[in-house]
Amino acid sequence: MDIKKGIGVSPGIVISTALVLEAEDLVIPRRQVEAENVPAEVVRFNDALDGSINDLVLLRDTVASQHGKEISAIFDFHLGLLRDKTVVDQVVAEITTGRSTAEYAVSVVMRRFGATFQQMSDRFFSERVKDIHDIEKRLLRKLIGKRHEDLAKLDHDVIIIAHDLLPSQTAMLDKRRVKGFATDVGGRTSHTAIVARAMGIPAVVGLGNITAEISGGDIVIIDGSRGVVIINPDEQQLAEHRELEQRLLRLGTELASLRDLPAQTKDGHTISLMANIEFPVEVDDALNRGALGIGLYRTEFLYLAGGDHEPSEEEQYRAYADALRRLGGKPLVIRTLDLGADKYTQAKAANPERNPFLGDRSIRLCLHDIPMFKRQLRAIMRASVLGDMRIMFPMITTIMELRQATMVLRDVMEELEDEGIECRREIPIGAMIEVPSAAIMADQIAKEVSFFSIGTNDLIQYTLAVDRTNERVAGLFSAAHPAVLKLIRDTIQSADRNNISCSVCGEMAGESLYTLLLLGLGLKTFSMNAPDVPEVKKVIRSTTLEHAVWVAGQVMSFDSERQVLHFLREEMRKLLPDTF
Amino acid sequence: MPTAAKEVIISNSLGLHARPAMQFVDLANQFTATIKVYKRCSDPCEVDGKSVMQMITLEAAAGTQLEICAEGDDADTAVQRLAALVDSKFGEE
Repeated sequence: MDIKKGIGVSPGIVISTALVLEAEDLVIPRRQVEAENVPAEVVRFNDALDGSINDLVLLRDTVASQHGKEISAIFDFHLGLLRDKTVVDQVVAEITTGRSTAEYAVSVVMRRFGATFQQMSDRFFSERVKDIHDIEKRLLRKLIGKRHEDLAKLDHDVIIIAHDLLPSQTAMLDKRRVKGFATDVGGRTSHTAIVARAMGIPAVVGLGNITAEISGGDIVIIDGSRGVVIINPDEQQLAEHRELEQRLLRLGTELASLRDLPAQTKDGHTISLMANIEFPVEVDDALNRGALGIGLYRTEFLYLAGGDHEPSEEEQYRAYADALRRLGGKPLVIRTLDLGADKYTQAKAANPERNPFLGDRSIRLCLHDIPMFKRQLRAIMRASVLGDMRIMFPMITTIMELRQATMVLRDVMEELEDEGIECRREIPIGAMIEVPSAAIMADQIAKEVSFFSIGTNDLIQYTLAVDRTNERVAGLFSAAHPAVLKLIRDTIQSADRNNISCSVCGEMAGESLYTLLLLGLGLKTFSMNAPDVPEVKKVIRSTTLEHAVWVAGQVMSFDSERQVLHFLREEMRKLLPDTF
Repeated sequence: MPTAAKEVIISNSLGLHARPAMQFVDLANQFTATIKVYKRCSDPCEVDGKSVMQMITLEAAAGTQLEICAEGDDADTAVQRLAALVDSKFGEE
């Protein structure tokens, strides 16, 4: 038994079997297999070897015919290494005597040779280490690639163990079987955390080197509330956690009983709680948990799930229409493509950006690729007649971007009308306020849109100049920083002054610790991951707007994040002693 | 079992890098005899002449003195042909 402490980012307790995902460039953790599985690992290695040799022969011949034998000679060397008995024998020996997985054996043997090469004094020889890395990757891709295909159809429940879950991996997972996540890196707002909360399953991130400590098939307990992972628990631990699991389920049932009650304060102010989704099918769960509609539909997941191709207008239309049908007349706020700056697009980019979060992302990316942007807008506008669709543009930094995006949208409407296709011309257009410049210019922007949606994750990142995925500085990332709170307050007030609506759709909206504060700042629409809806509703129903306004007033007088957090925790403890 | 041995000096300017090593190993593998290559230096080493990975680790730059040793029925031919390959500078110059 082994207990690891990380950051709990999605609450709940789950006990299940581990499935370890590997990223291509990482050290493959040491993994032992049962003696009876050794021959199977040797077969896997031999298959990967044969496959790699076939690929290389093909590659060499293609390169030779196109560029000549001088260039293709390097692949002869790679082939020579793969056919080298010394290499093959050492890998097989590592599998059989070390009872290692084929992946681990390949990486350990290749690293051994690589180290020998690197020690050579002659640069000409030491550089050959690149070839060793190349064939190592080639073999690992073969070995791991096979497993990737299996992720889409799992035959038993699993807890996913990964270095850092990639959006492309998430898109591939068989979600009905995934019961929890544990990752080496990440923070409260990392992709893994967002996905886990959206799915309503426990997750612990920032565990350091959990991928090396858990082997596929281990029994693992994930306690997402306390941020603890227990590897191969003993009987006592199992019994304790089974009981906790049951108690949490009962608590969940209690919160679920709030479903049909309004999010109304004790002094009669009704707040609208919406849900954030990534896939149309999540609409059902959101409504089930009491959301009044969808306050943020992240459309980029359609692009990530599509693999290498951009989804066609038709594919996009089908997804948007599906979401609207499931909503049955309830509002759907659709955010246009917010891609860029993530590992996925950077890995695919011809020239990776030096500073991607300050680079060509989100609305900027769309305005640089008008044909792509128009395909999405056409799909949105075609679907707009099927329900209460609203559209918002992300990452507005200057008013010019908003005007340009709106102009493209008007173009699309005219094109559709010329083609005789119906669309809702009066569709509400909103701007996301997630860059400090937009928050500061909120009064001006408000005059050109029907609503604001505050994206707190990016707003915090850009206001505090903190990369939340960098563990060394992630501690500075906080919604409670007075500078962030001032921008949020000013944005809400600008919206009020200009008679437009305003919501918060970032992670902050779903954290019940901030509910009183946001309420007191005048926020009337919260959009969050569906599992958070009941708890936020509970807070709203337990207080008065008058009290919330007092809380906000106090908070805005503080000068440090610590004071803010301390005060909010105290207030929540007074309000809901059994939860906080 | 017949044996044969011959001293050679690596004389192509880049030394026994990837491509020459492959040529050497490809040729060595055409014989049934076992083939060992010795490097005479302060830290003497012996490698399998049929393994390209091992041949590279010889780090035989230009001017390195090597001894090719073979044991088996075709040992003599093997040593002659391999030595000739080294002497031809692997067709590089």
